[in-house]
Amino acid sequence: MRNAMGEPQTIVVFGGTSEIALAIVRRLVTPRTSQVVLACRDVDGAERYRETLNAQLAPAAVSLVSYEARSYASHPELVAEIADRVGDLDLVIFAAGVLGRAEQLAVDPVAAAELFEVNTVGGVSTCLAVANRFREQGHGQLVVLSSVAGERVRRANFVYGASKAGLDAFAQGLGDALEGTGASVLIVRPGFVTTRMTEGMEPAPLATDPDSVAEAVAAALSGRKRTIWVPGPLRWLFSVLRHLPGPIWRRLPLK
Amino acid sequence: MERRSLSGWGRTPVSVADVIDADAVDLDRLLAGFGPRGAIARGCGRAYGDAAMNAGGTVLRLADQELVLDDATGLLRVGAGVTIDAILRESVQRGWFIPVSPGTRYVTIGGAIAANVHGKNHHRDGSFGRWVKSITMVLADGSTITVDPDSDPDLWWATIGGMGLTGVVTSAVVEMIPIETSRCLVDTVRANDLDELMAEMERGDERYRYSVAWIDLVARGARLGRGVLTSGDFARREQLEDTDPLRYDPGHLASVPAGMPNLLNRAGIKVFNEAYFRSAPRRRTDEVQPIARFFHPLDAVGNWNRLYGHRGFIQYQFVVPDEQHQVIRRAIERIVMAGRASFLAVLKRFGEADPAMLGFPMPGWTLTLDVPAVPAVLADLVVDLDEMVLEAGGRVYLAKDAVATPEMIRATYPHLERFVAVRDRVDPDRVWNSDLSRRLEL
Repeated sequence: MRNAMGEPQTIVVFGGTSEIALAIVRRLVTPRTSQVVLACRDVDGAERYRETLNAQLAPAAVSLVSYEARSYASHPELVAEIADRVGDLDLVIFAAGVLGRAEQLAVDPVAAAELFEVNTVGGVSTCLAVANRFREQGHGQLVVLSSVAGERVRRANFVYGASKAGLDAFAQGLGDALEGTGASVLIVRPGFVTTRMTEGMEPAPLATDPDSVAEAVAAALSGRKRTIWVPGPLRWLFSVLRHLPGPIWRRLPLK
Repeated sequence: MERRSLSGWGRTPVSVADVIDADAVDLDRLLAGFGPRGAIARGCGRAYGDAAMNAGGTVLRLADQELVLDDATGLLRVGAGVTIDAILRESVQRGWFIPVSPGTRYVTIGGAIAANVHGKNHHRDGSFGRWVKSITMVLADGSTITVDPDSDPDLWWATIGGMGLTGVVTSAVVEMIPIETSRCLVDTVRANDLDELMAEMERGDERYRYSVAWIDLVARGARLGRGVLTSGDFARREQLEDTDPLRYDPGHLASVPAGMPNLLNRAGIKVFNEAYFRSAPRRRTDEVQPIARFFHPLDAVGNWNRLYGHRGFIQYQFVVPDEQHQVIRRAIERIVMAGRASFLAVLKRFGEADPAMLGFPMPGWTLTLDVPAVPAVLADLVVDLDEMVLEAGGRVYLAKDAVATPEMIRATYPHLERFVAVRDRVDPDRVWNSDLSRRLEL
């Protein structure tokens, strides 16, 4: 159960090696958090830094479970298993996602579909399984890592952008569908975040970092917001960009 | 049945449950319909935290039931859903008062038993449970039983103060206390610092049946812990010149509307505390006060909990044993340092503890404070206060709690294992659950 300060006792991350998600966990974990579950594809790889995390997140116990976003048939069972082990899921972060290489994705049908399987299809099945559990337990907060890339899809990385647009629209609808169940969904739309995933790329204007995203998420959760942009001004920038006429939009030098 | 968002009196995070208005006779039938999240009874919803919430499960509200007072013996047979307010409206004119009253009369008898409430007379009269003669309750297996302290002491002392986790109390027999008038004679002392206040309170233990102190948690330095102590007892017939000595009219000043912003901000609290302190006389004796003013001052303002705005507040109440009285000073220093003044801070002396397995009181000092639920400030404050309380061998009160950890409760409630053993016996499948029981692994 979350306590009166909104502090979760249990935190579960899907896409448990995501730097942004781990920054959020570090920000939200308190001495009253007992369990942190990181569901990730590469459990062996994650095992290497589990000790560091254990030390950082103590007294919460960190555990790793194997999670493959594309094996959507396994998701309901996985969510049930986690709940059996740690009890109520107070806070769940969906952070599984791949960026891919935009040039390849633009022309490779199979690679593009695979990216959708992780970013969108996996998100749908995972979040729905979590939402079902939330309905049963009468409470729960779900944080979905979306992206401004999905707000108006740019030609430079339209496959990735479209996958996030799908996830984002789904998460909005899910949040509305959960109204009155005690559960809630927070959609996070960061701009360019400097992480391993974006290493070697040239930062876009209004770039941010995982800790800033984490700070914004913490504020949004206690303020009961439903959608946030990080940094905040992206909201206003994209509300303009979204309405630009096509000929102008296509000519903008957006990478 | 209705699916509803519920919160405690502190209005902090909500959870959703199916709320059922139940009649005692329906209970065994209803039992079959509870899902895996089980059920908990809810009275007036005055527990500050999550004691009467059950996310994803069922919350039972018992209909108003019988209220039969025997004028010859003072024994009150009363349904668990009946409030102390309703009881007083019947009993005071007939010369009987509730033996233990918490700071509000809007609690049900079921709630008073479940939280084993205490009042201004704890140092003399103990908690509510001491005055309950028998309890009729519905157990998880659907059976209805009547228990008293001798018939099944384990179940009795697990149910008194058991936060509703042993079964649903449907009615009880309570021993009322006789009063000659409905007025109290109140002595007020204004103390300029904490030492003076605590010394005054220790001296007053013997003399007064009822006593409680308000503390100004804004004052710093030499004035740290200054406060106003009010003590008294019911006036006897010959002490009043009144043709209707048992008149009872609790009245109601105003209600706080919904959607109120947080008025109890730092400036507001500072002004209030200064004004309250200065308006108290240095020393006054034998002031005549009606019951409502002396026992239930906050009830004069309906929904006062809305004053904290939409984020709500927590009430942190702890007790430390007599020999650890210096912890009260350290705690007040820590709270003043946090700069989040408490609107309501109350200091009270406790007398002997009851054998209740989850009993809160112990001989010593109990401090209660409201703090707005602003996580950034509250989180560190709670960690520090918990540590002080733990070290001093004290504990926090479950009926108020919304922030403790299972470890804290295990370390400070020595009879928790016996309590769990009783639950294993009468509710092995854990039909009775609450957000509190889940959060604290009770």
